[in-house]
Amino acid sequence: MTAFLQLLFQGVALGCIYALVALGFTVVYRASKVINFAQGSLLLVGAYLVSFLATDLNLPFVAAVVGAIALLATGGAVFQMTVLRRMLGQPVFVLVMITIGLSIVIDSSIPAIFGGNARILGDPWGASAVHVGGVTLNWVRIWTVVCTGLILALYFAFDRFSRYGLAMRATAADEEAALAVGVPVRRVYALTWAIAGGVAAVGGLFLAGFPSSVNPSLGDVALRAFPAIILGGLDSPPGAVVGGITIGIVEVMSSGYAPGWLGNDFSSVAPYVVMILVLLSRPYGLFGTRPVERV
Amino acid sequence: MSQEEEVRPVTRGPSVGAVTGAQQTPAHAPVSSALLEVDELRVTYGGAVLALDGVSFSVPEGGTVALLGANGAGKTTALRAVTGLLRFHGGQVTAGSIRFAGRSIARADAATLVGSGIGQVLEGRRVFADLTVAENLRVGAFAGRARRREREIRQELLELFPILAERADQPAGLLSGGQQQVLAIARALMAQPRLLLLDEPSLGLAPRVVAEIGQALRTINERGCALLLVEQSTALAMRATEHAYLLETGRIRTHASTAEMLSDERVRASYLGAPAVLGHPEEVTR
Ligand SMILES: Nc1ncnc2c1ncn2[C@@H]1O[C@H](COP(=O)(O)OP(=O)(O)O)[C@@H](O)[C@H]1O
Ligand SMILES: [Mg+2]
Repeated sequence: MTAFLQLLFQGVALGCIYALVALGFTVVYRASKVINFAQGSLLLVGAYLVSFLATDLNLPFVAAVVGAIALLATGGAVFQMTVLRRMLGQPVFVLVMITIGLSIVIDSSIPAIFGGNARILGDPWGASAVHVGGVTLNWVRIWTVVCTGLILALYFAFDRFSRYGLAMRATAADEEAALAVGVPVRRVYALTWAIAGGVAAVGGLFLAGFPSSVNPSLGDVALRAFPAIILGGLDSPPGAVVGGITIGIVEVMSSGYAPGWLGNDFSSVAPYVVMILVLLSRPYGLFGTRPVERV
Repeated sequence: MSQEEEVRPVTRGPSVGAVTGAQQTPAHAPVSSALLEVDELRVTYGGAVLALDGVSFSVPEGGTVALLGANGAGKTTALRAVTGLLRFHGGQVTAGSIRFAGRSIARADAATLVGSGIGQVLEGRRVFADLTVAENLRVGAFAGRARRREREIRQELLELFPILAERADQPAGLLSGGQQQVLAIARALMAQPRLLLLDEPSLGLAPRVVAEIGQALRTINERGCALLLVEQSTALAMRATEHAYLLETGRIRTHASTAEMLSDERVRASYLGAPAVLGHPEEVTR
């Protein structure tokens, strides 16, 4: 039982990171149908930004985090406004190719700027933990869960109640109709990229927390979060959360419980197995909308 | 049929004029020239398909104009050119000019144009089905010239279309076709347009509902908003417009008062594709 709770906790914490990756991804996809292959690379930038601000510039950790969120959100919006916006009227796959290009640029320039070695994050938690009835709760994981919960609550409140949240939903539902009634759709796109950047900063910093570190391979998380995105449904932010946490739990549980004959790496395959099983019965994911033909 | 009656506008609304922006006409606007002036417009799609070839028409301040023509004549294209949506469809203006309230708007983007007083109702209503009726209206106020008065404007529209108040918290997708059309019109009016463009608003609606929409459009016009109505069928144009242009494969064939144009049997038979006034399948079956 203790082992189960231990794994469950770790699974939820990992799932929170996947949920943040998936959220950044679906927010962009839902509004513009652009599959953002650079989301993992944005997390990488987020982790390095926090590390740079906290250790090189010696900012207090909270300030480093807030600074990284602000910088990466701005960066996302600027990227959309300067690069993607020029491609208006081009087929969506052109934009998708550009996001692949962006991820390559980021993945190769990070080690060029910061070197290939692991850096420390500069977080106050390190390996410290509390023990509750035999279960070890690392502080970094506790904060992962708390901050993710906070960000998700903020995001959903924004989406539901704010003017621009409404504009995002209208744009997602029918881009031309939104334009036709005066929604500044291009500003909405920039906003979705800002959100993608902001959540990536938070995801990246927790991804780099104990027992990991700030290193160039952090961006690979996008591949591991991929089943979460598909599972939840490409265009559903709530789906991103459910899918992310599910996949996190599946991954950690299977690393703890999978029998030896399944091999050492079954835990990295298990999320894909779950994803495929779900897709067999729900081709658009748990919460995704099937594309509608407009008559 | 009780649902259809529910879209009927209340005509004895307040005469404040908050629904439309007629009172906000800038003092420096030329007195005599039209509100919308389209001159010798040429539009191509993808650089190849010539959709409009030297089209000219105008809508006077506070006027009501119909743009009639068969399927594929270029009616929707003409509206897209005015509202900045051509780019969205891979089309472009290659010659001619479009002036609104005296200013050239050929290069303006869609959201800005809504802000400067051109409202539109797209073909097929295009309400946001998953958003509630109230949320649909809020979206319409996004670029509004009078965002500070959003509440007041909405109140007045809800008085004009009581059905929208009743259904305020329901997803728009649950409304009937006629109610969705009313919502689409009200959503466009939230931005207080001086000119409202409507693309085949009567499509697929029963005659009775078309009559109600016609009534609503007249009320809107009485409050100062000019109308440009695109139609294939004649019933609504007859009710809601004074002047009509006939578009045929990208050119203006003729223009006249709506009554005159529609009393011409040859026009009706050859260009509007209908021997009788009733041009829609749903109408014919009744
Ligand atoms: N997005 C588009 N791409 C290419 N051709 C188009 C496009 N939209 C319309 N057309 C063409 O332009 C012409 C006019 O179409 P349209 O303006 O939709 O006519 P209407 O609204 O009168 O039915 C038609 O020949 C149509 O095939
Ligand atoms: Mg059309």
